[in-house]
Amino acid sequence: MASDTKKLKLYSYWRSSCSFRVRIALNLKGLKYDYIPVNLLKGEQSHPEFLKLNPVGFVPVLLDGDLVLADSLAIIMYLDDKYPQHPLLPSDIHKRAINFQATHIVSSSIQPLQNISFLNYIGEKVGPDEKLPWVQSVLRKGFTALEKLLKDHTGRYATGDEIFLADVFLAPQLHAAFTRFNIPMNEFPIMSRLHETYNATPAFQEALPQNQPDAVH
Amino acid sequence: MIVLYSYWLSSCSWRIRFALCLKGIPYEYKAVDLVKGEQFSPEFEKLNPLHCVPVLADDHVVVSDSYAIFLYLEEKYTQKPLLPVDPQIRALNLQIASMINSSIQPYHMISALKDMEKMFGAETKQWAQYKIDKGFLALEKLLKDVAGKYATGEHIYMADVFLAPQIMQAVNRFDIDMSKYPTLRRLSETYKGLAEFYASSPQSQPDACISQ
Repeated sequence: MASDTKKLKLYSYWRSSCSFRVRIALNLKGLKYDYIPVNLLKGEQSHPEFLKLNPVGFVPVLLDGDLVLADSLAIIMYLDDKYPQHPLLPSDIHKRAINFQATHIVSSSIQPLQNISFLNYIGEKVGPDEKLPWVQSVLRKGFTALEKLLKDHTGRYATGDEIFLADVFLAPQLHAAFTRFNIPMNEFPIMSRLHETYNATPAFQEALPQNQPDAVH
Repeated sequence: MIVLYSYWLSSCSWRIRFALCLKGIPYEYKAVDLVKGEQFSPEFEKLNPLHCVPVLADDHVVVSDSYAIFLYLEEKYTQKPLLPVDPQIRALNLQIASMINSSIQPYHMISALKDMEKMFGAETKQWAQYKIDKGFLALEKLLKDVAGKYATGEHIYMADVFLAPQIMQAVNRFDIDMSKYPTLRRLSETYKGLAEFYASSPQSQPDACISQ
């Protein structure tokens, strides 16, 4: 098999934090992939060809041969099952549970309440000046919980000295919080330290929004 | 014995009660009265710093968040598996549960609606209905070609465990018109015929009707 065609294809948007998560996971596992941009601002997620892949119309979507996978957590769990190098879950069942909890604080308690569509709603219904205070209160609530959850488990990374699932979900959220939403770093010492650590880790750096083919500078 | 901290009306708690019943795992029920604010007590804060139910305590392991609890149970208690082996169907179940856990339920949970009301006095019920309808429309599109007797085929799996309480919540508290979602409506009728669904439902819980 001398073909250069990468088997994996990732439909992604540079600024989508859910896409960012999958990019990190792929990089950690050393998996090469074709990057197929879906411009959310231009509504490309509603094009018929994309909807055939994912009727829900969200990025990211991963193609692996004949398999079509959507939703960042579902994709990452699939990758971890199929490509066991650099496992994204620890072997200890309690530490695994901590990783899932941290993951869900991000994906259910923080991200949905500060994503673009929700902020647009706030802007329309109440006013653009309400957006930032709302986001900051959501971030503060979530980060306060994460600081408490992780304080007895954190090492170099979120749940110890190796990168696991919690880090994959935390990194994009911290990136948004500290670079876009003006959360002061000193309020959350563990979150700040992790943010700096991720910024110095190649698999995370390569996955950053500004380093994607569809990034707009 | 497993201890489950739960509130009778919480759909997230219902998911875990349903999973425990389906897997035949006995547990001790500890009620957390969300109306009285028991989720903010120092003892409960030690269990879950986000002050949400459900929380599961299994010997020395404490897990909060229904998705995390579900995966913990599925891994530790392998009887009556609630995730299939086939990678595509397995991923589909994780996706559907994620859509409910992250794209629907967070927008209508009581604490989020209260925060929204406080910050900007929004018409929160209409907002919740809008987000549920949006989520159900997406689920209907996803499920209409894959559902069998259950959401992803002929066996009950994670997607069903998350869907069942979500649909009931949507109908009972937010008056969602299910005629727009024929697949979801059909699945809901199937769930209602299950003994485990009935046993895990709000009105069957020890703290039912204690606070309104």
